[in-house]
Amino acid sequence: MADITAPAYRIIPIVPALKPDAMAGKGPFVASDKINEAIGFPGQLVEDWHDKAIAKMGELLSKYRSLKVYMDACVHCGACSDKCHYFIGTQDPKNMPVARQDLMRSVYRRYFTLPGKLFPKLVGARDLTREVLDEWYNYFNQCSECRRCSVFCPYGIDTAEVTMAAREILDSIGYGQKYSNEIIGKVHKIGNNLGLPGPALIDTLEGLEEDVKEATGIDVRFPIDVKGAEVLLITPSADFFAEPHIDSLIGYAKVFHATGTSWTLSSMASEAGNFGMFIGNYDQLRKIALRIREAALELGVKRIVVGECGHAWRVAYSFWNTLSGVGDGAGEVDRFAQMLQKQLDHRYKQPTHICEFTWDAIERNALTFDKAKNDKHIITFHDSCNVARGSRMGDLPGGQFEIPRNIIKAVASNFVEMSPETTREQTFCCGGGGGLLTDDLLDLRVKGALPRMEVLQQVVDEHGVNFMATICAICKAQFTKVMPIYGFDRRMVGGVHQLVSNAIILGEEK
Amino acid sequence: MSMLFAILFYLATLVFVVGLLQRIRTYAATPAPLKIPTTPAPTTTGGVVLRMTREVVFFESLFKANLWTWSMGWLFHASLALVTLRHLRYFTEPVWGWVAFIQPFGIYAGITMLLGLCGLWVRRLFVERIRYISTPSDHLMLLLLIAITVSGLLMQFVAHTDVVAVKGYFIGLMHLDIRVLPSDLLLMLHLMLVTTLLVVFPFSKLLHAPGVFFSPTRNQTDNPREKRHLSAWAAKLESEK
Repeated sequence: MADITAPAYRIIPIVPALKPDAMAGKGPFVASDKINEAIGFPGQLVEDWHDKAIAKMGELLSKYRSLKVYMDACVHCGACSDKCHYFIGTQDPKNMPVARQDLMRSVYRRYFTLPGKLFPKLVGARDLTREVLDEWYNYFNQCSECRRCSVFCPYGIDTAEVTMAAREILDSIGYGQKYSNEIIGKVHKIGNNLGLPGPALIDTLEGLEEDVKEATGIDVRFPIDVKGAEVLLITPSADFFAEPHIDSLIGYAKVFHATGTSWTLSSMASEAGNFGMFIGNYDQLRKIALRIREAALELGVKRIVVGECGHAWRVAYSFWNTLSGVGDGAGEVDRFAQMLQKQLDHRYKQPTHICEFTWDAIERNALTFDKAKNDKHIITFHDSCNVARGSRMGDLPGGQFEIPRNIIKAVASNFVEMSPETTREQTFCCGGGGGLLTDDLLDLRVKGALPRMEVLQQVVDEHGVNFMATICAICKAQFTKVMPIYGFDRRMVGGVHQLVSNAIILGEEK
Repeated sequence: MSMLFAILFYLATLVFVVGLLQRIRTYAATPAPLKIPTTPAPTTTGGVVLRMTREVVFFESLFKANLWTWSMGWLFHASLALVTLRHLRYFTEPVWGWVAFIQPFGIYAGITMLLGLCGLWVRRLFVERIRYISTPSDHLMLLLLIAITVSGLLMQFVAHTDVVAVKGYFIGLMHLDIRVLPSDLLLMLHLMLVTTLLVVFPFSKLLHAPGVFFSPTRNQTDNPREKRHLSAWAAKLESEK
């Protein structure tokens, strides 16, 4: 992987030229028998994969209105064609959202529509051959499901929905991707994506308590499996030991400490991430989400708060209520959801994002900060795709943009925005989301980061930005890996609660 | 010939109506198991209606995406709406007041419609990315619409047809009374192409018209924390437990 280099920044105005087959290939590592079977998929490509795949596609078309409508509605207008970071970075035309969808749409037309059955050539319909299947595997693993294309589509076609369906079909015939499927196995077996067992986790947390004590002189606790705590914190497992993630975990703990909140982590549900979404498998999505329900019921908590993680917040905010009942407004007779919802305190939003929690405390004047502690940072904020386009914070649409920025401005003095066509709902993916954060896709990840790196370079040049805050574990991991390849210092990226942690005043040293 | 066109029109209308209803029924019957509005999204039903209205009337998302495609596409669709409404005069007696009012605009809309279509085709032919994603049917669809528009405009501005007789024919058709259709080549071409469009509609990308209303990223309310959203098949997973 030593030969991976960053593509050159583009000269504006940008007319992306096509480089057909620039990213043709075998795709990421295929999951082994063991990995697949552990989570209920066939070990390897089944004999009758063709019929099985078509049958699965039919099933998904009848279960998901999104897929059904999106297969029909596209008019090839090209609105999305220059919007994908992977297309911009690779120039491979099959990374244009419409072309990626068409990999599946062409098969849909052939098997599920009259014109495709009668005149395949005319409407661009194709048989599902082995070549097409391999193409699916390659290119549906070059989509981070970031939904940027769906912002611009006049019919709201979301390529993420198509990618999820494609991966679900591939998994159902034993052609799954190693990275995602291995992680899903781990979350079931050990409790988190990184495979950090309970005792190691407890050790880590004790170590953190000592570190914070040493740095601040204050006894900030990192409790785990505490029954009767008010708040259950569900956070990505990277927060427990990866850099810079861990600094944000310290930030959350300090906020809980300063607000006098009793809180706990859970060893059973020591992971906010839910890769079930990435592979588009409802059963996995649900099973992984149910761990949190179980932990909440067992610990008897009143609130569930989610740490800095993009796709996890989308799953938590948008799907948890559906999947596991974590939320409000279940019907009277909905015993499954009522069981949990009766336990939760509905004066608060369920679930709550840690940024909502902190911002609420700031608004109540429950926290004090020494902004000067962040003076060495000139900060910009990278909106993470799943937070930006698949969730919300607070009461108003767009709160997911305002609240993290408000927090940054409350704890630091130097804040600069990046170019507006690359932030908020139009933000670019970091290049590593959607189950692609694996070294066998490093080339793709570096190229996919191009649009973000370009605008970061602008604010670095114009304003001397030296810190890019973000609220996603994948963004943090991806940027620390690819930014050095673009010539940035990897320590430039960090969490919003890392900045909170720097500036928060915890009281007098004991 | 009048009889042939009558049969053609009845059949085409049947295919169009039944095909479209069938498609809409499928969309409506297919569950949307998860909340997937593209956020920021409205938090109330009223807000969703507004969002959808902006999308359908002004092509809001396309406007954000690409001004060229938006301007050509919007010009075409707005003109098409006017032209279609203007054609109501051939099916109503007496002609409704507002249809009479838009008549002059409808005629010029034929020209702007042609402009829009040509603009879209130029984009499809000359922008590399869009040429890459175009299938033969994409080009044919534009050609069909352009042919309909041009044949209509020619009748309006160059070789008039007997519109009174045409109107009589269609009013007749509506009452299952086959009258005489002027045997005018342009008219026949125009009508033939329109029947083709009707037949193709429910089987083609023209389904984007009903489809947009069923698009979960646009028609869902952003309230997943406040209200539990559960589809029938997903609910079953719970009762099995």
